[in-house]
Amino acid sequence: RLGAAWLVLVFALIVLPSALGVSLGISEGYMWLLVKTLEWATIRIEKGAKKSRPQMLKIPAVNGIIERDETPMEKEIARLRQADFEFSDIFYFCRKGFEAIVDDEVTQRFSSEELVSWNLLTRTNVNFHYISLRLTVVWGIGVIVRYCFLLPLRFTLAAIGITSMIVGTTLVGQLPNSSVKNYLSELVHLTCSRILVRALSGTIYYHNKENKPQKGGICVANHTSPIDAIILTNDGCYAMVGQVHGGLMGVIQRATVKACPHVWFERSEIKDRHLVTKRLREHVADKSKLPILIFPEGTCINNTSVMMFKKGSFEIGGTIYPVAIKYDPQFGDAFWNSSKYNIVSYLLRIMTSWAIVCNVWYMPPMVREEGEDAVQFANRVRSAIARQGGLTELPWDGGLKRAKVKDSFREEQQKNYSKMLVRNGSIG
Amino acid sequence: SVSHSQITRLYSRFTSLDKGENGTLSREDFQRIPELAINPLGDRIINAFFPEGEDQVNFRGFMRTLAHFRPIEDNEKSKDHNGPEPLNSRSNKLHFAFRLYDLDKDDKISRDELLQVLRMMVGVNISDEQLGSIADRTIQEADQDGDSAISFAEFVKVLEKVDVEQKMSIRFLH
Repeated sequence: RLGAAWLVLVFALIVLPSALGVSLGISEGYMWLLVKTLEWATIRIEKGAKKSRPQMLKIPAVNGIIERDETPMEKEIARLRQADFEFSDIFYFCRKGFEAIVDDEVTQRFSSEELVSWNLLTRTNVNFHYISLRLTVVWGIGVIVRYCFLLPLRFTLAAIGITSMIVGTTLVGQLPNSSVKNYLSELVHLTCSRILVRALSGTIYYHNKENKPQKGGICVANHTSPIDAIILTNDGCYAMVGQVHGGLMGVIQRATVKACPHVWFERSEIKDRHLVTKRLREHVADKSKLPILIFPEGTCINNTSVMMFKKGSFEIGGTIYPVAIKYDPQFGDAFWNSSKYNIVSYLLRIMTSWAIVCNVWYMPPMVREEGEDAVQFANRVRSAIARQGGLTELPWDGGLKRAKVKDSFREEQQKNYSKMLVRNGSIG
Repeated sequence: SVSHSQITRLYSRFTSLDKGENGTLSREDFQRIPELAINPLGDRIINAFFPEGEDQVNFRGFMRTLAHFRPIEDNEKSKDHNGPEPLNSRSNKLHFAFRLYDLDKDDKISRDELLQVLRMMVGVNISDEQLGSIADRTIQEADQDGDSAISFAEFVKVLEKVDVEQKMSIRFLH
């Protein structure tokens, strides 16, 4: 009977409002309490830190931990005389190498962002120590709240959300194609997304809604986590693009595609770039179809920077609607470090965080300009997204999470150095 | 000497590079750093961390090698004149650079050793003949005792006007 009461409560307070698109203010209340608690905790930690080590206040390593000298190679290896090679030439490469060993731009993007102050989750207290009994008690209460109350609640919601999605889209899929079907499909997708967002205690702030992606367009966003898609579908309907998976994900994919023309590729098809581009182009050409959602980085990055956009998405044509997503790491780390955690442990971590708070900025549409190739266009869109979201831009490929860097980069450095040797003085 | 916060940061860096989580770094761990992998002298730099014949370096060794790059002004603060010369003295920084050239550790940079380093830095962009004449000229200008090789003393002499301290130092932001 307790279980039944529980379900009724969940249904009334969360599922029903999700379907109707209203909010009862429960999450707002929770967030307010959370913010107050974390502020209190921060003050206590700072007081504690000041007492034990008065001169050391933790400063965020936003710009890296060492001074980086960005003078270009040519100036650095300036010549004292007109000789070609000097023994001191190696100093430049040597120092660059050591700088990279101490702190490099790339590998840090594949692990979670460091927090300025502790947010009462053990997983983020790498650099924080025991401060006081009161703080530890609060942390303990936090653990109980998160694991014994929030986790079961969120799990229930997620189960309801996913089941409704599968059942709902299968039912809608039985209807013949019509505007009624489209309307119902959108309703089902939106409702289930809203339920799932509440399953994560998600608080999302959408900005510039007038720029929301239109039908026949392509929505591109930076990628931090698998839940990025849910964050966006909470506010609108998109045609998803992706590879067919097995298991539960596959079931969801097969069900949803009956109701709405999502673009799922078989594993073999995805390797064929022409096929992929062709199918997407056909979808985009049909102005009655929902905008497609693509994450051009190709992999999850830790939300402090935007890495190289794969040009494939920008060769399809059509209008690009860039979207910037920035998570607030204080309430929960949304980044999926796929080399460290599998999807199940990732979801478990998400569901035992305080909340997922993020900002979503819809940006004005962009089209490829005259004389601009796909790569330049991709970089232009990427810059816009990085600027809006307050993220840094890196020219590196997100694939470096797993793969080795291409030799061509090294060859470029060698070429530049050779030019210096040959330019000065005469050879031979 | 190195501050507590710097050690903590470097240890945090060490552990993040240590993918095998066994307290030591292998050459592969270093090569995973893209900026280092594309450095023409990357392999030589990585080698500097590994003692003779070993394939793993622990945190102590890691710090020891990095210590060469501490700014020299750090030494002014610890006026320990009775101790051994600090690793980041001008002389030791030069010695570190010398060892990058002197692969067989015979305290001389031979023509071959110089050519090897040159080849690493220029890749395929300069012919053997051109590179050879560059090497010959460099050795000729620096060689004082006529043995067609560069000893450490000759190396130091050639670089006496170079601001080694500035070029071979890394400064922490805090």
